[in-house]
Amino acid sequence: MHHSIEVSHLSFSYSDGHPALHDVSLSIAPCEKVALVGPNGAGKSTLILHLNGILSGKGQVKVCSLDVNEKNVSRVRAMVGLVFQAPDDQLFSPTVYDDVAFGPLYQGLPKAEVDQRVVDALQAVGMSEYARRVSHHLSLGEKKRIAIATVLSMQPEILILDEPTAGLDPRARRSLIHLLNDLPITMLVSTHDLLMVHELFPRMVIMDEGQVVADGETIELMKDRALLEAHGLEKPF
Amino acid sequence: MHVHFLDPYRPRSSPVHALDPRLKLVLTLGFILTTALVPPGAWPVYILLLAIVLSVEIISDLGVGTVLKRSALALPFVLAAVPILFTIPGTALWSIQIGPWELVLSAAGLERFASIAAKSWISVQAAIILASSTPFPELLAAMRAIRIPRLLVAIFSLMWRYLFVLVDEALRLLRARASRSGRSDQPGLKTGGSLAWRGRVAGGMAGNLFLRAYERSERIYMAMLARGYDGEIRKEPLPRLGPGGWLLLGVGLSVYLILLVVSLIL
Repeated sequence: MHHSIEVSHLSFSYSDGHPALHDVSLSIAPCEKVALVGPNGAGKSTLILHLNGILSGKGQVKVCSLDVNEKNVSRVRAMVGLVFQAPDDQLFSPTVYDDVAFGPLYQGLPKAEVDQRVVDALQAVGMSEYARRVSHHLSLGEKKRIAIATVLSMQPEILILDEPTAGLDPRARRSLIHLLNDLPITMLVSTHDLLMVHELFPRMVIMDEGQVVADGETIELMKDRALLEAHGLEKPF
Repeated sequence: MHVHFLDPYRPRSSPVHALDPRLKLVLTLGFILTTALVPPGAWPVYILLLAIVLSVEIISDLGVGTVLKRSALALPFVLAAVPILFTIPGTALWSIQIGPWELVLSAAGLERFASIAAKSWISVQAAIILASSTPFPELLAAMRAIRIPRLLVAIFSLMWRYLFVLVDEALRLLRARASRSGRSDQPGLKTGGSLAWRGRVAGGMAGNLFLRAYERSERIYMAMLARGYDGEIRKEPLPRLGPGGWLLLGVGLSVYLILLVVSLIL
């Protein structure tokens, strides 16, 4: 079967010898929405950075049945939209428009298509009137939305988000949840927000100490208080 | 995700590492000053200076190769001395015609240039030994002890602390850019954009980093004020230097003086 994300037996250590991933395997089907949870330092972000070839460890990573390797990396990066936790890292251009247009411009798309994509992406995150704004002065909730628009403009097959709701006020969080719910796209979201997981993601993967310790239906895993607590999580209700 | 490569300190258990940081700082600064004052063309003295530096490298257990490799850092700065080759009058060795100008390479200019290159190379090695054998916080304490202005030392210390934060931040920016640098599946498109556009993006990133560093400095300053900062960072004074330390200091400085006198007589 064709999977959007297929990770098999992936292990990785940082250059200082600190092991971060150990024999991780994970498959995600097209249009599936999966939550990745676990304590700080569990290896969630490290795993995510493997999915678009920023890091590469031992084992196999496939994205849309394409091997993630030196040769394919630029295709992979066009297909995987990675939204970083800190939107300030993602928004490095002077204006919102420049940032959202970065991906399409890099791909060499014609000007008219770039403009159309920027319009569509900003509309998808409900920020159409922000194109000429300076990203530096936006609120965190607005920055997070723009950060998502910067990858939507690349029309990726897969959207990967690192802690999308961290630091948001309830209203900004709520509107982000609606946004994620409405996007018809394969999604892998690393988060500590178990209430959001419960609401949005039918499937949940728990990581701890660089390993996948549980992978299954969110409703079932959430019932297991002992499992959640053993891995630094809290049953949300 | 952190960057470690910036810290030049290499822990070893050598006598050089064990030496009091104040002594190391003064002897290194003295050495560099001596090297700078030796007149151009005093080759025997340069060889002696180089011998001193190489011996300390061997004693310090840092490895002569490592220090020499790092000293390549000084090479680009030597370029600043290139005009000397052509501006000092003397016996003409070679000349080149560029448009209406004629550049003449003189023997005196060549000697001056080679001297500057040799001196900067030797001095950089001394600085590398100091930085590689002394943890930076100890170096800061030594600077305070020898009465380098406190404000300057405070700037060094904050720079050191936040340089790593800044480099991490730059790394994350670069990573975010790489993540969105993809190739379209439409055929016939030129990936990567124009050079001017890439330059603009890089410029935006640099400006972004500057703004963030500036804002962070404001936040840090407020956090310092909140904890009672009044313009001075207080530290326990270092213990007094023992007689062995004074002896070493005396011997070292005398050797520098002798070398200087010899080089002036030569």
